[in-house]
Amino acid sequence: MTSMLERPSAPVGRLVDQFELGLDAPICLTWELTYACNLSCVHCLSSSGRRDPRELSTEQCKSIIDELQRMQVFYVNIGGGEPTVRSDFWELVDYATAHQVGVKFSTNGVKIDKKVAARLAASDYVDVQISLDGATAEVNDAVRGPGSFAMAVRALENLSEAGFKDAKISVVVTRHNVSQLDDFKALADKYGATLRITRLRPSGRGADVWDELHPTQAQQRELYNWLVANGEGVLTGDSFFHLSAYGDALPGLNLCGAGRVVCLIDPIGDVYACPFAIHDQFLAGNIVADGGFQQVWQTSELFQELRSPQTGGACSKCNHYDSCRGGCMAAKFFTGLPMDGPDPECVIGNGELALAAAGEIPKSSVDHSRTGQRRTPRAPVPLTLMVRPPAKICDENPLAGMDQT
Amino acid sequence: MSAPASASVTGNAGIDLDVGWKLHPQVALRPEPFGALLYHFGTRKLSFLKNRTIVAVVESLPSHADARSALRAQGIGDDAAAQYARALGTLAESHMIVPA
Repeated sequence: MTSMLERPSAPVGRLVDQFELGLDAPICLTWELTYACNLSCVHCLSSSGRRDPRELSTEQCKSIIDELQRMQVFYVNIGGGEPTVRSDFWELVDYATAHQVGVKFSTNGVKIDKKVAARLAASDYVDVQISLDGATAEVNDAVRGPGSFAMAVRALENLSEAGFKDAKISVVVTRHNVSQLDDFKALADKYGATLRITRLRPSGRGADVWDELHPTQAQQRELYNWLVANGEGVLTGDSFFHLSAYGDALPGLNLCGAGRVVCLIDPIGDVYACPFAIHDQFLAGNIVADGGFQQVWQTSELFQELRSPQTGGACSKCNHYDSCRGGCMAAKFFTGLPMDGPDPECVIGNGELALAAAGEIPKSSVDHSRTGQRRTPRAPVPLTLMVRPPAKICDENPLAGMDQT
Repeated sequence: MSAPASASVTGNAGIDLDVGWKLHPQVALRPEPFGALLYHFGTRKLSFLKNRTIVAVVESLPSHADARSALRAQGIGDDAAAQYARALGTLAESHMIVPA
């Protein structure tokens, strides 16, 4: 996963203003290839689990890649669900890299065996990011399910042994793992990987566990201090800019990139302003129905609106506004806060005040969680995938659409 | 890029303007309303060119025998050349441009 800009070489105040007005193509495009997943992490931003029967076909995916090439999108962050469970995953990765679109994919490690690791080590334009939310099985598996820590570590071992350079370990910072930041760094060093830590947002299933899992104010301070002391060489997806009010702005582009610098293409071709904003309110269009990705990116009403000057409301009078820019749009939306007000985790404390008066928490209609598995991470499911999608969404007959011989 | 960094901050005296330069073969340059984005597929680094003039300079580098001529072709005389040399120096440091 992913969201925002990684490591621009020269972040500048005025450039930020330019970015807020939008770009001809996204810099950081997240593409969720499938809602299917072998895990059911409690905080899943895309509420994944079950494949959507309307999932884009291989040919449709290749058309998207063709478009991305034409738009000169440099690389795409592929995720899901678990993208490697798609039977055409490697075909699509190869197609992308053969068409000047670099691939960075996020995975829980399920398919990264020695053979796959060797293949990855031999390829030049593919980056791998292993998701991990605890430096120990105890902390990790409480969020990601029994056995998931072992699976991720095995993937890291395989990659390291195969000579794959610079895998990423991607951690969502929670109340329970913020004390393990040094251990995560050690783990990354052990496997020759780069650590990436990102902010938990109350998105997808994250909404259900936000209250218990998001870092406390004290922990946020701890996190900020850690980033200042150890952040060199640690990636953050630029997701902690709301902490900039503690002191110097953190490196990176400190602004919400939704619809301006980043966006999401979901498994059925819907385009959202941000992977953390899978909700009708932030749906810009559909690739199949609305004339392709470039059309949606460049002309959708939602994106035009996001690219017009935004009001910071009361926040713009705060003298930290320049570095925090009112924080994360998705964090505000999914805690029932207004867009032109403080982030729920505003370091000054304005978010907590606002939460007391917050409106109803919006629920997304997009939920591919396996039944009864929104709150408890169950053991991984072995996925045996059908070669064909079901003939109709609500077909009861398991033989529907299959040749009867 | 930002306003040209002073040599004392970055130690960047700028590129040698009297040799030929070109984009690194693994770099893609994408024009944008404000200037351009540069992405190095090898290092995975992203860079920004903050105005159209510097974009025109960078794009024209391969068709000039040396960088100084490329600057002159964009109307940048010797007095302004030093600041562009430093800006180009930042690009050279991150391997976005290489000697031709």
